[in-house]
Amino acid sequence: MLTTLALLAAPRLVRLAPVDLFIVSFYFAFVLAIGFYLKTKAKTGEDFFLAGREMTAWVAGLAFVSANLGSLELMGWAGSAYQYGILATHWYWVGAIPAMVFLGLVMMPFYYISKTHSVPGYLQLRYGPEASALSAVTFAVMTILMSGVNMYAMAVVMKVVLGWNINFSIWVSSLTVGVYVAAGGLFSAIFNEVLQFFLIWFGALLIPILGMVETGGWKGMVARIHENFPGQDFTHLWGPTAHFSANPMGIHWTGVVFGLGCAVSMGYWTTDFLVVQRVLSAKDIRSAKMAPIIGSFFKMAVPLIVILPGLLGLAVLPMHLFPASNLQAGQHSYNEVLPLMLARYCGPGLLGLGITALVAGFMAGMAGNVSAFATVWTYDIYRPFIRKTAPDAHYVSMGRWCTMIGLFISIGTAYVVMGFASIMDYVQALFGMFIAPLFGTVLLGMLWKRVSRAAGFWGLLAGVSSSATMFALMKFDPERWVHVFALSPLAKGLAQDMYQALWSCLTCVVVTVLVTLVTKPRPDQELHGLVYSLTPVAHEEHASIWHKPLTWGIVAMAVWAVLQIIFW
Amino acid sequence: MTENHHIIPVWFFVGVMLLLYGILIFVSGLVEWPHPPATVLSNLHAPVWWGALLTVLGGFYCYHFRPGRSRP
Repeated sequence: MLTTLALLAAPRLVRLAPVDLFIVSFYFAFVLAIGFYLKTKAKTGEDFFLAGREMTAWVAGLAFVSANLGSLELMGWAGSAYQYGILATHWYWVGAIPAMVFLGLVMMPFYYISKTHSVPGYLQLRYGPEASALSAVTFAVMTILMSGVNMYAMAVVMKVVLGWNINFSIWVSSLTVGVYVAAGGLFSAIFNEVLQFFLIWFGALLIPILGMVETGGWKGMVARIHENFPGQDFTHLWGPTAHFSANPMGIHWTGVVFGLGCAVSMGYWTTDFLVVQRVLSAKDIRSAKMAPIIGSFFKMAVPLIVILPGLLGLAVLPMHLFPASNLQAGQHSYNEVLPLMLARYCGPGLLGLGITALVAGFMAGMAGNVSAFATVWTYDIYRPFIRKTAPDAHYVSMGRWCTMIGLFISIGTAYVVMGFASIMDYVQALFGMFIAPLFGTVLLGMLWKRVSRAAGFWGLLAGVSSSATMFALMKFDPERWVHVFALSPLAKGLAQDMYQALWSCLTCVVVTVLVTLVTKPRPDQELHGLVYSLTPVAHEEHASIWHKPLTWGIVAMAVWAVLQIIFW
Repeated sequence: MTENHHIIPVWFFVGVMLLLYGILIFVSGLVEWPHPPATVLSNLHAPVWWGALLTVLGGFYCYHFRPGRSRP
């Protein structure tokens, strides 16, 4: 799909001036220098894999939200905003905020108190090696494949936007990431994510500011959208979800609330180790609880630099954009809306900053993938199953080596995808299949001490299997199965994903409960620090109201609720 | 974040980056002032005030989080 896009698109969207090239080049040199500086600090396993567990709530919170703020994410959701309108905001609000607050207030204490180094590590403590191995192996494989897919997709974007050679983009960016992550481990990854956070905001914020000036504010923008696309509602969040046919996504509000809000979002933000690892690096339990809540405020603001540029594209771009799969020569795809808006408003200097933000987002995403892979491989696969007892220095060395090995596998994946572009869709879909059921397994394990070891494994397996089955049926015989699983034949890909996640999570929960009822529970003494009823959780009773995570969790939810009403 | 390893705060690195980029963008905005590029709203000279904003913010971060400065 992206190869076609590269071939069909105009020669290049933007041309960089010397000052822009300097800005981009400086970024590469800067992150490498920081990586070599941090190498002297990452000496033990806890340093390399968990950044010494000494990050403040702010650093952990920004890294937590940045790990999900890659450049493909930015361009993809800006494109979705152009295609579906403000409905895409659901993935930033109902699809993130409640889950982030839930992670901070309810789940983080268990991850932190159990002193686990990863989500599969928690499953090992709670359920034993079977569920942990299933989760660790699938996470490791899928993470590294996803990294390769993203690497290739970004190289194609660089070709389309800047005219850069695909091989050059893949090798230069991935080797830079490999060197600085192998040097400083999670320290490097987190530092880069914080830098990327600032770059993305300052690189992209001018687009909505200048766009609002050009259109004369929100009302002016809405008027122009109605003028350009008469009869379509692109600017209401919940109203058009009353019926499947009333919105371009073909989704009903039940899919948004239960599929996205309760299954996909909870699964991703609370059990995907790539993001949870950032919070595990916090210096104490209060910081670990605050980090996702701090992140939630920034996450709520991200639509300003992602969704609003997509909507502004509907209002001000002189041409219409089209799906990448159906592109004619000279046309642009939805995913190009952000670079197009960047080129519309930004001249030399600002353009370099915007492009650096995109490159930084890509590199930070790759760093997140390889650092999470290194941790899960070393601590959840290599140590328990291959070499149980070895000095700490050996595991750090293993982490460094498998960072580079993981990176080379990613590069190999990128070249495989280059030859068979359709693989990309399957890899992305496959990754999503594990997330929603895993939430059911982890949550039941935390809240119900009766859940047995066998129940954890079989519930997770059933959830993943049901997800894969639904995906295959809807993919290969959509006319027969889409209306069965997604409740309407009008459901598009994103809507199908929501219902698939919901049913697979429910399958996991039902099977886990049923197996629990016929198997023997673990003794209470083995579950201290792992289960709600057997774990004393500190509640900051002596802290002032403004220092309590609960206070800020409530504030975050209140702001979120007000935003829903404003854009209803 | 820095207590155990004595690592330079990440905010200092953020400051260096913003300061350098701010100066570059500000200067390039001044250079192109008489002949702005063919972008929409180029008459607002966004690089000048955006570059100035980055410079001020970067300078503040560099100063406030400079290595060796004692913090409570």
